[in-house]
Amino acid sequence: MGQTLKRIAPQLVTLTLVVALVTVIFPNFLAVSFDGTRFVGPAVDVLKRSAPVALLGVGMTLVIATRGIDLSVGTIMAISGAVAAWAITSGMGLPASVALAIGAGLMAGLWNGCLVAIVGIQPIVATLILMTSGRGIAQLITEGRILTFSDANLAFIGSGSLLGVPFPTVLWIATAVIVALLMRRTALGMLIEATGINRAASALAGVNATVLLIAVYMASGFCASLAGIVATADIRGADANNAGLWLELDAILAVVIGGNSLLGGRFSIAGTMIGALIIQTINTGIMLSGFPSEYNLVIKAVLVLVILVLQSPNLAADWLFVKSLVKARRAKVRSETP
Amino acid sequence: MLLSIRSLSKEFPGTKALQGVDFDLAAGEVHALLGENGAGKSTLIKCLTGAYRRDAGEILLDGQAIDPASTAEAQALGIGTVYQEVNLLPNLTVAQNLTFGREPRRFGMVNRRAQSARAREMLAQYGIDIDVERDLGAYSVAIRQIVAIARAVEFSGKVLILDEPTASLDAAEVKMLFSIVRKLREQGLGIIFVSHFLDQVFELTDRITVLRNGRKIVTERTRDINRLRLISYMLGRELEEAARDQRTATKSIGQKPMLRFEGLGCKGVIEPFDLEVGKGEVIGLAGLLGSGRTETAELIFGVRGASSGAAQDDKGRIAHANPREAIAAGFGFTPEDRKVDGIVAELSVRENIILALQARRGWAAPLSRAEQERLADHYIGLLDIRTSSAEKPVGELSGGNQQKVVLARWLAMNPRFLILDEPTRGIDVGAHAEILRLIQEITKEGMAVLLISSELDELVAACDRVIVVRDRRHVAELDGDRITSEAIVHAIAQPGAASQFEAA
Amino acid sequence: MTRILLAGAALLALSVGASAQTVGFSQIGSESGWRAAETTLTRQQAEERGYTLQFSDAQQRQENQIAAIRSFVAQGVDAILLAPVVATGWDAVLQEAKEAEIPVVLLDRQVDSSDDLYLTAVGSDLVHEGKVAGEWLASEVGDNNCRVVELQGTTGSSPAIDRAKGFRDGIAGKANIEIVRSQTGDFTRTLGKSVMESFLQAESGGKDICALYAHNDDMAIGAIQAIKEAGLKPGQDIKIVSIDAVPDIFQAMAAGEANATVELTPNMAGPAFDALEAFWKDGTEPSKFIQTESKLYTQADDPSGEYERRKDLGY
Repeated sequence: MGQTLKRIAPQLVTLTLVVALVTVIFPNFLAVSFDGTRFVGPAVDVLKRSAPVALLGVGMTLVIATRGIDLSVGTIMAISGAVAAWAITSGMGLPASVALAIGAGLMAGLWNGCLVAIVGIQPIVATLILMTSGRGIAQLITEGRILTFSDANLAFIGSGSLLGVPFPTVLWIATAVIVALLMRRTALGMLIEATGINRAASALAGVNATVLLIAVYMASGFCASLAGIVATADIRGADANNAGLWLELDAILAVVIGGNSLLGGRFSIAGTMIGALIIQTINTGIMLSGFPSEYNLVIKAVLVLVILVLQSPNLAADWLFVKSLVKARRAKVRSETP
Repeated sequence: MLLSIRSLSKEFPGTKALQGVDFDLAAGEVHALLGENGAGKSTLIKCLTGAYRRDAGEILLDGQAIDPASTAEAQALGIGTVYQEVNLLPNLTVAQNLTFGREPRRFGMVNRRAQSARAREMLAQYGIDIDVERDLGAYSVAIRQIVAIARAVEFSGKVLILDEPTASLDAAEVKMLFSIVRKLREQGLGIIFVSHFLDQVFELTDRITVLRNGRKIVTERTRDINRLRLISYMLGRELEEAARDQRTATKSIGQKPMLRFEGLGCKGVIEPFDLEVGKGEVIGLAGLLGSGRTETAELIFGVRGASSGAAQDDKGRIAHANPREAIAAGFGFTPEDRKVDGIVAELSVRENIILALQARRGWAAPLSRAEQERLADHYIGLLDIRTSSAEKPVGELSGGNQQKVVLARWLAMNPRFLILDEPTRGIDVGAHAEILRLIQEITKEGMAVLLISSELDELVAACDRVIVVRDRRHVAELDGDRITSEAIVHAIAQPGAASQFEAA
Repeated sequence: MTRILLAGAALLALSVGASAQTVGFSQIGSESGWRAAETTLTRQQAEERGYTLQFSDAQQRQENQIAAIRSFVAQGVDAILLAPVVATGWDAVLQEAKEAEIPVVLLDRQVDSSDDLYLTAVGSDLVHEGKVAGEWLASEVGDNNCRVVELQGTTGSSPAIDRAKGFRDGIAGKANIEIVRSQTGDFTRTLGKSVMESFLQAESGGKDICALYAHNDDMAIGAIQAIKEAGLKPGQDIKIVSIDAVPDIFQAMAAGEANATVELTPNMAGPAFDALEAFWKDGTEPSKFIQTESKLYTQADDPSGEYERRKDLGY
């Protein structure tokens, strides 16, 4: 636990700074009130709105730990959302609809995993295939329109509350905690890291890298399907064209801001989760600020740049160097003072 | 003195890499810099070439104090370096590499004709006549090495540092390289020669400086020192005599073999061969690079699919179609290229040691942290792995210690048959002897070892039986007193040696 | 590949014969429900008038559209409908069509080529749409003060720019109407909802908002959900006007949750075919731009009926 805290300390500091910045611009940012059934306030919205990117980030962290990348998660969101909406409008009921949507995500992950682990296509290319073609599959399911549904149970997943907390928030935190525990309480985490750092050596040591890789892409597909269900339930409709569009990039960004290396190896799901919160705080902050839309991307880009530069290991090393110099000088001054 | 280093010190977090080291290099001298892995050789060189900034001490070049902040600056001052992994650009032509940064120009454009002429001229001094318009990558390592030397001499011209230049050269190429080095010595260059091939050190160098644990131990003239004394300087203790004579006693002659491979082969890779492995036996595999040594190991361990053959023990057939099955059958394998196929660099020493054990248990049955630490500490102690902590990433360890970590990974599995492919390559004399001693230790408990090595001494010292591989075939088998360097060389060289195999 | 397509298309043209008029239609793709409806209506119109329609889906790629037009020219169709994916790069292929004396009609988007390279362009006036919406709101609120929030389309896109401008034209001179917040919702339901949530947070939980203007219906539908979840009544507490007239907004209007929408008709083919028929008959040159009607629908215009009429068009 202490180690995890130490690992994600830079991300926590960054999140605090971003929250402070947004609070300066919009003073009521942290104000939370209870309206009788649920908590409301901008910060609650951040926790709710970060659900898709956080969920994608859980899977993406694992994929990136294996030195891979999954560009298809946004598309898998669209497919799973379309499946869920189609199933519920066909009268299948909530459990069947959710199961089918998750099944679609797992199948998509299985496809990606097989291309990467068995056929041996580079992950970026392998997942690009589904990224570009998958939206067509989703459009086939929705027949090109926004497939609207009115089932209150499914809508609950997107906009309901548990004990006053938005359900999407509960879902992403639970998913992150369960997956993180699964990784660290079993040997999965280490085996994934070993495969990501050196697949050949891991395979020679008896690690079943092929199965592990497929499982990781399936986990990513699973997380993407949860995100897709949340997104669809949120707007009570499956929008095959726009659901999850470009979210794979936000998910990758969350992983990177979370301090994980794109070269694979050591990973921290907690870091990615804070990365997702940082991104969503920036997004919500921009909307609350009232700046014209033209500035949205520039503001976001500048903030992300600043964050990444501040978190870069080089800068950290320089900072330690400066600190050691200051310390040395102080020590010198002290020793010279009689 | 051309180059004088006075009380140079360099510290990294946790380790004092160099402590008050003195070093002198005269013009027209080849000076060997020797030491075990982690002794401080590469740190010293990096301080000299500006890759590291020293913490204390001074460097004098031609009597002038220098403080290079980058390799480019060191180069400009007159200190050129050629590394084992040649640091040139393989996708540029030889001529471009030779003149990179100093291209002859005409009207601001690179004058290609003059560039090629200049390059040919530079190489002619070394007696090399090649097409300088071809990409450097098209040439052998030896040629690349010479191109790198030519470039370093041209650009720097006072001090030339050769860091393990012969590691990937064959005998003829080494000879060619040495004649070039001698010529440069005659021209008055000061040459620092880093190598772990002691024969080459004795053949080529004028003086030897030994480092150990970041300190200078001794500088002596090469002709005044003998091999045993040199090794004892490097190790800080007298090298134990390789105890070959005691070995043969433990052999299990006449017993039923523990494992038997019959007709194992792979089309186009290696001809079918039979192999019997006795309990506690050390079997050597000798042969030139590419003869089928490593392929034999890969076939046994299931890295490569076999097109024929079967394996069995006293209980029946054994499946070994992939590494997981081979491991389940009680095999272990430390591959030749430990950086590429052996270590998982960013994982800790602890995690590297338990990796195979954990993989066999499956992801759902994790070893407890306490158990992992116990195993790691046990093997760090047993194999004398030099690391500041079990949590240190294994990539930060020296080569010999990385090899021991990979070895520990397999010992933790307690295999019955361990395949070691070039376990001592690229590691220094001390670790070398230790690993050979370890092989003896582990086989006492009944573990069998297949030792692949290019070093005949090693095979002669360690093995109960040596199989010679040539042209993708097992051509001879030597045992007992017939294991001598001469016999192995003879078998590798002579087509007629096949008859010996039949006799054995 | 192209050659095979061309050969196949030529064969097809031969077999069809010359009895009925043949029209080639190069559609951008099926990126939105509106575009799917445009395709459906174009097919319907062609069928009603007894034309043979050669349909080509470009999947958002200009090179596919150029290849399709070349193939239409090779087939010798009687006219070409083109919904161009981008504005530039059409000169050469339009010139080829002109040399083959095949009239080209642009649908719903313009190109940067000289206007003698095509017969006419059919489209809606985006500024006018915004203006109709603005004028409706101005008459709806009368002299009461009204703070308006605006969900803009994709930043920098011409519908977003023009619909913003038109709306401001529509409320010009009404000092009681003020646009207090504008933010892009990217034309999507998801962002429409989440941006509306932040509007509500920023404007005292929505109590200070009198009306919402959304650049398309999808964003309005997302916003309606956000308003409902915030405990307010869309359509009453906050008036909602948007543009496009897709089927789902009529459902919301029937439920009293939306107030008005301005139609961007997907029936671009109707006016196009009318112009073509006149041209075929006696060479009448239509004007270079045929503006479609921007019809306003409110809760009084039988929203349930409109929904039924539209739901099968492929929106």
